[in-house]
Amino acid sequence: MPTSGSFVSPSSMNRRLFLTATGALSLGAALTACGGGDSGGSSSAAKPVSQADIDKAMKTPTELTFWTWVPNIAKEVALFEKKYPAVKIKIVNAGQGTPQYTKLRTALKAGSGAPDMVQIEYQAIPTFTITNSLLDLRPYGASALKNQFVDWTWGQVSGSDGEVWAIPQDTGPMGMLYRKDIFDKHGIDVPGTWDEFAAAARKLHKADPDVYLTNLAANQPAAWHGLQWQAGAKPYITSGKSDIAISVDDAVSRKLGEYWGGLAKEGVIGVEPDFTDGWYAALNKGKYATWLTAAWGPVFLSGSAKATAGKWRAAPLPQWDAAKPSSGNWGGSTTAVIRSTKNPIAAAEFAKFLNSDPASARMFATEQFFFPATKALLTDAEFVGQAPSFYGGQKVNQLFADISSTVNSSFQWPPFLDQAATDWTETVGKSLADKTDTVRALGTWQSRLTTYAKGQGFTVKGS
Amino acid sequence: MAATTAAPAKGKRRAAGPLFVAPFMVLFLLLFLAPLGYAAYLSLFQERLIGGTAFVGLDNYVKAVQDPQLIHGVGRVALFFVIQVPVMLLLALLFALALDSGLLRLARVIRLGIFVPYAVPSVVAALMWGYLYGPDFGPFAQLSRDLDLPVPRFLSEGWMLGSLANIVTWEFVGYNMIILYAALRTIPTELYEAAAMDGAGAWRIAWSVKLPALKPALMLTLLFSVIGSFQLFNEPNLLMKVAPDVISSSYTANLYAYSLAFTGQQVNYAATVSFLLGLVIVIASYAILLTANRRRTP
Repeated sequence: MPTSGSFVSPSSMNRRLFLTATGALSLGAALTACGGGDSGGSSSAAKPVSQADIDKAMKTPTELTFWTWVPNIAKEVALFEKKYPAVKIKIVNAGQGTPQYTKLRTALKAGSGAPDMVQIEYQAIPTFTITNSLLDLRPYGASALKNQFVDWTWGQVSGSDGEVWAIPQDTGPMGMLYRKDIFDKHGIDVPGTWDEFAAAARKLHKADPDVYLTNLAANQPAAWHGLQWQAGAKPYITSGKSDIAISVDDAVSRKLGEYWGGLAKEGVIGVEPDFTDGWYAALNKGKYATWLTAAWGPVFLSGSAKATAGKWRAAPLPQWDAAKPSSGNWGGSTTAVIRSTKNPIAAAEFAKFLNSDPASARMFATEQFFFPATKALLTDAEFVGQAPSFYGGQKVNQLFADISSTVNSSFQWPPFLDQAATDWTETVGKSLADKTDTVRALGTWQSRLTTYAKGQGFTVKGS
Repeated sequence: MAATTAAPAKGKRRAAGPLFVAPFMVLFLLLFLAPLGYAAYLSLFQERLIGGTAFVGLDNYVKAVQDPQLIHGVGRVALFFVIQVPVMLLLALLFALALDSGLLRLARVIRLGIFVPYAVPSVVAALMWGYLYGPDFGPFAQLSRDLDLPVPRFLSEGWMLGSLANIVTWEFVGYNMIILYAALRTIPTELYEAAAMDGAGAWRIAWSVKLPALKPALMLTLLFSVIGSFQLFNEPNLLMKVAPDVISSSYTANLYAYSLAFTGQQVNYAATVSFLLGLVIVIASYAILLTANRRRTP
């Protein structure tokens, strides 16, 4: 068996099929010739587990541990346990997002205490595959699920060698929530392009100095990455295991820097940190006329800005090129299996079932109000037909389902996202808050990240 | 007769000594020396995402003492210490003296009132003050807007250290007050009587009798404050969320060590920074003890 290389593009081809088609030997030769082999030792990927093995494993009494922060996920888990009574799932809430990853990293390093399955956000997947901590789910038949999921989500969970590192659970394609009453009062049309958006920002703030068109939080690298994603930037491209091209200040990003840095400097948009008391109060009191957010935003907002019910509407993000509508993603997560699990088959089956079983997937959309990752739900009349009164009866789900199909599928995350995010806040975010040169801050971000990546042993290609 | 019975008892006592000390020694070894040793060991290596772990000797230390982020962090907490600690200890002293004077009404209620902030977890305290400091909808901001005054910018770069000092002072005045107050209660009343006989008034007694007697307790609170200041972490870590442009991941030395370990995954360098920080605290504490002792024995 050849060692893994990086020739199969993530979404275009199933590696197992590829091997059958070309023959393992010639591929191995090609890899050696190009010097692209690495010592990852993930060659097990090519050996599929037989249905008999799966059946046997699912009938063997097993207990699996699942780290997740999703509230009331026991309901979905119960569906799985009903289908496979021999397998018991122990649900552990080890914190949401970063705190959980920190604990997971510690457990992995200690060599004990790691769960079998874990909740993991799209952007965090590379930081765990770089340490070889996730199980490639291809041998367990995960590739067969590909077509059930929105294309770009499958790109997010696939490795450079076609590995399937996780199963998508929910998503956050970005759109714009806006206050119809404020727009109407000041005669502002819903901006379709970023130019119109900038003009509206100036007009609104001039008309009412207490109101801003939007807030671009100086502490929210995720939103910035989403906007980069929409604009078509490719800030991080990893190839092989140790090569990375970092270009967080490429031409597209500099365009973003000029745009947002300019608006911040003019003082026509807010730059306060989000998800803070002040920010919640600001949304409730009408300080901001829009919130650039993701598909999980509508439900979130209706819970946290109750005072403004009925005044909000949703629209796609303004566009750079109105002829080619596109969007980015902010948030959403997946279920992955930790490589150290003693029951890989049952764990992989769980990850698959939880997110692809129609009843379970639907439950996420109706119980936890997650924005779905499956194509079936995004075209489901019951789901997209909902017309919440908070948005004046607008079919918000339909709107975001349409946006979901415009999300670029080739955006990649770096294997050191935490560092990238912190560095963003201390350079680009700080420039927004301090109203200094955002384009120059992008350069500082670039150089800080490059230094860090080199220090960590990566071969960094120039921007 | 007396000599013959005393000898075996003394021997038994000698054997009992280490036995009594053993539980402490075990804990001391396990919870203090072992982690310290492990940190020292870790600080000699470098682990990278690509390429694994390598022994680098003292390279991390060489890097750390030249690291501007670390130096600024230590400098910042030193400045914080110089301003905050005297204010806090002076307040604690005044409260303790006032309570001890017996002239206050509702002394118990006041004592509890001043002490209560210490019982509030510092995380909660930082969240609460973060809200109070808020530039838009915080009560101070709203009040000054109602009065047409400029809004105080508690969370801006220039004010932040003061705002942090205020939180820490609020939290720990009561704690230090209790230590000082307890020390005051142990002063024998004969001293007061003698001072009164000599014609000393309340102020004179406070200055010439109470303060000198308080010296050891003050020294203790000062040492606690040195350690507390240099370990400043919770408050900046939480205010970071409301003022990300002011508080960076290396705002204090302790915060820097944490960010290195958990954001940058540079565990070894974080161990180095923590170790150096510990060294700074030991030196600062020792310097204070030394100057105090020198003054006591002229």
